[in-house]
Amino acid sequence: MAIVPNPHKTTGFLGWIDDRFPLTKIWKDHVAEYYAPKNFNFWYFFGSLAMLVLVNQLITGIWLTMFYKPDAAMAFGSVEYIMRDVEWGWVIRYMHSTGASAFFIVVYLHMYRGLLYGSYRKPRELVWIFGCLIFFALMAEGFLGYVLPWGNMSYWGAQVIISLFGAIPVVGEDLTILIKGDYTIADATLNRFFALHVVAVPFVLVGLVVAHLMALHEVGSNNPDGIEIKAKKDEKGIPLDGIPFHPYYTVKDLFGVGVFLMLFAFVVFFIPEMGGYFLEKPNFTPANPNVTPEHIAPVWYYTPFYAILRAVPSKGWGVFLMGAAVAVFFLLPWLDRSPVKSIRYKGWMYKTALALFTVSFIVLGVLGVLPSEGIYVTLAQIFTTIYFAFFLLMPIYTKFDRTKQPPERVT
Amino acid sequence: MMLRPLFAMAALLVALPMPVMAAGGGGTMYNFLPDMGNRASLQRGAKYYMNYCSGCHSLEYMRYNRIAEDLEIPEDLLKENLMFTSSNPGDTITIARRDQDAEKWFGAAPPDLSVKVRHRGASWVYSFLMTFYLDETKPTGVNNPTLEGTSMPHVLGHLQGWQRPVYEMVDDAHGKPRKTLKGFEMAEAGQLNEQEYEVMVADIVNFMTYVSEPAALKRFGIGIGVLFFLSIFTLLAWLLKKDYWTDVH
Repeated sequence: MAIVPNPHKTTGFLGWIDDRFPLTKIWKDHVAEYYAPKNFNFWYFFGSLAMLVLVNQLITGIWLTMFYKPDAAMAFGSVEYIMRDVEWGWVIRYMHSTGASAFFIVVYLHMYRGLLYGSYRKPRELVWIFGCLIFFALMAEGFLGYVLPWGNMSYWGAQVIISLFGAIPVVGEDLTILIKGDYTIADATLNRFFALHVVAVPFVLVGLVVAHLMALHEVGSNNPDGIEIKAKKDEKGIPLDGIPFHPYYTVKDLFGVGVFLMLFAFVVFFIPEMGGYFLEKPNFTPANPNVTPEHIAPVWYYTPFYAILRAVPSKGWGVFLMGAAVAVFFLLPWLDRSPVKSIRYKGWMYKTALALFTVSFIVLGVLGVLPSEGIYVTLAQIFTTIYFAFFLLMPIYTKFDRTKQPPERVT
Repeated sequence: MMLRPLFAMAALLVALPMPVMAAGGGGTMYNFLPDMGNRASLQRGAKYYMNYCSGCHSLEYMRYNRIAEDLEIPEDLLKENLMFTSSNPGDTITIARRDQDAEKWFGAAPPDLSVKVRHRGASWVYSFLMTFYLDETKPTGVNNPTLEGTSMPHVLGHLQGWQRPVYEMVDDAHGKPRKTLKGFEMAEAGQLNEQEYEVMVADIVNFMTYVSEPAALKRFGIGIGVLFFLSIFTLLAWLLKKDYWTDVH
């Protein structure tokens, strides 16, 4: 049978396009006739918000590159130029710097939603894996971008992070030189970080977001009950508990966007430095290889992983564990052996495990800001153990956990 | 000014969580909350800065005419009283001496102060200007607990006067008594009394706070407008959502 162009029988200009390009088809498949479960709750705002922040970062980023100079001698000054002489430059810059932190906040909450409702379980393994890759790319993007203002914390932060690659056996030392493009962190480093931050990683990020959404729309969204709405359909093949994404979730997400933007604007206009957590004080002095900041702490969104790195006395194993702490998320779909997806029907074991994991992630985040000494080291070791235990013991406790029978239809 | 309580509120919000990370400097002797809403103070601060500081410390990211515009200083007054190294109001505030020379003279080049308050914090800068004391072992004759061993001379010494440190014995964490700086006593009075000098330093720090982020003068006002718009937008979005969702059961 031949492919029928324009099965939607649109006419006029739209018809002309639909005869040649699946515009109406895309709109219907992904928006107007994409049936999402009707019981989405608070946790389901963060996917669309992550998209919003991505767009914010892309647009403000484009405007920043119009004025920023990726040159070790000029970078710091060009950021101040943006802050002072460029019309509205300060808004663009604060939107971008606040956006970086906001990105991690919404992505962490978005991922946490997955842990709550089992959104990574079959058949959504690839949705989850694409998401993990997005998180990975985002961490790289954040680090690369943090170096660009060429403040002293940019410099020393880069020093610490790049030196981590030196712990990789055999190739480590050469790899650090390859990353730096020089024997020290210098102009060459800044130039390549600019290229990667502005071109390479955003490309990958956008591509992964498209893949994430395509995979999601192929299998359909999970929901707080963790049951498949496609199991119960009406005579037209529409899920009984499904509602079209547009207009129901477009208007609902619009409300979420409004609330998010109020919080976002509050930070941008009233506390852009967030007391030194979004913009760190030592970064308001130019990069200086001769002056080490008194206390090198990564930006808050890396601190849980930084705490894990420092919990181990050996640098090699520390780097390995830090990498593992991110990589272990990829395995989640196969670690969870529970017969149910959602925490609503899981037993006390998973609930306890998730609560402990939540506490350990937050405590590690706090420890990553504090100096690594005394009781803090012990605490970091304890909570690193809990962090990994959550994942590695999951096949056992999810198997033995006493679960409840989920309902037939969403609640 | 109407905006002043807002500035103070916002400054407080920024200042509150600070000790967690900013305590790296070992804490400062004074706590100072800058007030950018006080235009007269900013204008005096600009005058003091240009007369006492700008000989050595550039503000290389700040333009003369931006200061004039933001602080409502007429151009003739600006040119006459505040511009010493340039005749073009569009220029940034640079200095004549070279860094190499300064390193020879002082041991270290005086840093540019465009964003110093954002780097060190207003309390640090305020404390630094308050805590110079006589120390014969230093080439400059003074030292400063806020930045131990600083190579900066006490430029405002003739105004503040010259103070000597007062020590007391305090038990440290291990129960050992240690010589600790308790405060200062005036050895030689300056041209200003204590309160006048405090106001002067406050003016300078207010000005430097403004210079480190001139946009902060407008930021709060615009932010209120943006939040007002967004709250109406969010309310409408909520009503729209409610209306669309009436048929979802």
